[in-house]
Amino acid sequence: MLRTTVQNKIKLPDVFEIISSEALPLEIGNDAEYAIQSSNLRVYYGDFLAVKDINLKIKHQKITAIIGSSGCGKSTVLRAFNRMNELVPNAKVTGEVIFKGVNIYEDSIDPVEVRRRIGMVFQKPNPFPKSIYENVAWGAKINRFQGNMDNLVEKSLRRAVLWDEVKDKLDQSGLSLSGGQQQRLCIARTIAVEPEIILMDEPASALDPIATLHIEELMHELAKEYTIIIVTHNMQQAARVSDYTAFFSLKEESRSGVLVEYGETQKIFTNPDNQITEDYITGRFG
Amino acid sequence: MWVTIFRGSTVIGIIALLILLVNIANGAFGYALIEYEVSPKELANGGIAIEYLDKDTLIQVLQDNVSSGLFRRLENDKPFAERDQKNVYDLVIEWVLKPQVVQQWTLWDSILKQSEIRQEAEDEFPGLELHFISWLDTEFIINPQSGDPIKAGVRTAILGSLWTMMIAFLFSFPIGVGAAIYLEEYASQGRWINRVIQTNINNLAGVPSIIYGILGLAIFVRALEVFTSGSIFGIAESTENGRTILSAGLTLGLLILPLIIINSQQAIRAVPDSLRQASFGLGATRWQTIWSHVLPSALPGILTGTILAVSRAIGETAPLVVVGASTFITVDPDGPFSKFTTLPIQIYQWTSRPQDVFRNIAAAGIIVLLLLLLGMNTAAVVLRNRFSKRI
Repeated sequence: MLRTTVQNKIKLPDVFEIISSEALPLEIGNDAEYAIQSSNLRVYYGDFLAVKDINLKIKHQKITAIIGSSGCGKSTVLRAFNRMNELVPNAKVTGEVIFKGVNIYEDSIDPVEVRRRIGMVFQKPNPFPKSIYENVAWGAKINRFQGNMDNLVEKSLRRAVLWDEVKDKLDQSGLSLSGGQQQRLCIARTIAVEPEIILMDEPASALDPIATLHIEELMHELAKEYTIIIVTHNMQQAARVSDYTAFFSLKEESRSGVLVEYGETQKIFTNPDNQITEDYITGRFG
Repeated sequence: MWVTIFRGSTVIGIIALLILLVNIANGAFGYALIEYEVSPKELANGGIAIEYLDKDTLIQVLQDNVSSGLFRRLENDKPFAERDQKNVYDLVIEWVLKPQVVQQWTLWDSILKQSEIRQEAEDEFPGLELHFISWLDTEFIINPQSGDPIKAGVRTAILGSLWTMMIAFLFSFPIGVGAAIYLEEYASQGRWINRVIQTNINNLAGVPSIIYGILGLAIFVRALEVFTSGSIFGIAESTENGRTILSAGLTLGLLILPLIIINSQQAIRAVPDSLRQASFGLGATRWQTIWSHVLPSALPGILTGTILAVSRAIGETAPLVVVGASTFITVDPDGPFSKFTTLPIQIYQWTSRPQDVFRNIAAAGIIVLLLLLLGMNTAAVVLRNRFSKRI
């Protein structure tokens, strides 16, 4: 009896904060349509609260873009979606990220399994210093892929629209490719593991415009089968590729990132509800 | 201004190295006067120099010049029918010619003061022939240690060095790389205990080698005697004490362990984080990431660091003196439980002999040691290049 009371007392501030949170999520469809959703997600680096109370619901087989100025925690939130933050020393995550009805931060959940089902493409192309074939096959191999590896490699490379360029040199090093090709190789590598969600952390920021265009076309293709979340600092890119957009900003006093506005890309870019969003979109700051 | 100073430092370094090399070469080559009990000229048969005589003639020479008792003993050791020409020739040198070095000159003098040396040899030792001798020759490398400077070689020492190196490597490489992996990939950098461990390892790398010798003496030679002497394994020929190759190898292994850990850590740290993230992002476990990506990328660095550490160990003398290297053994080491000597020990022992001629042999030994080191460092460079090219 006493214990319950104590627990209630401890829980109270949390409830209060949910109510008072500035970033109220926009409702988009019903729960079953969400591929992944976060509630009250907070990420700390040591004592520093990097992002505060993020409530984000990501729809299935859509491209959701996360935009915002530098240092407002876009990448941090993205990494929280597949527990990559755990690799950063001193990083701590509170709140929930619900994937398939389960909180991926529960103790019983293996982060390795989470990362297999929620793949990630990084800002700088980072192929393994192995052959192109090995690059694609390795992820499947460690996940005990049973089928025909050659077929899987070809299928993944085709989906990443890279097959025609590399089919004759599969045994060459992945590092011998151009930057744009390397990034598509990284995408091929990610989809070879057959994840359900692909997180992309500024996937085109290190590439030239032509290669960027290739990646964006590829994302449209992939969105037919996968749920994609992309962090970008390029607003035109967000407007071009995404179906939904989440706008993050820094809270002045605490320097923590918060979710300011989230909705259909069309609406965010033409008629945002929030003044800060409008200022950012129109280029008045950021 | 600064450029001149820096250039000067480089020049001083190079000069020091050159002086060292010249000094060694000075001792390892040069004229020497050799006195024979029976002059080779007397034995030369029909104008053919003795070393080119055929086997039967040499046997005849031997029979004519040694006592019949000795001849029978040699026949008993190994019948002459089974010996080859080279072998019989060696016997002739050993029992008939009995060469002895009377006086030797340095390479420097041999080149610049040739006529004076000839004059001096003529005056003081008439009838003796002046030879230009390279103390470093194939005989020197394949002969075992001997009290006779002409016959003495470094085979026992080379084998001893190789055995100890192998044991040191086998002991410290897995432990060192394992510790480096733990410290870099698993241990959280923030925890105080890991920082203490790290500081300790860095300090251990700077501990004077003689202290490792004392440690080795206390642990491997004394405390673990049953193990290092091999008596626990029932080795019959065991010397019944711990002063064996195994003790020496383990001591040197301890000595280079911190070096291997630090070098491996640096190699592992140099692997870009993006590689680890890519691997984790595909759902790899920590061990899969380390095994498939971190280690292959770090391997050239780890190998180079290890070889450099081992080549430091090969030149160590002090700890081995403490652990109890034998200064004079003529029997090849045949396993981890045999007595041993190593190249630096052998060189040290030769330089401390009173006869001048051992100084020349020591110089030749130093060249062998330097060549061995050069070989290992070349191997390190080749390995590094090959592995980095493969990527």
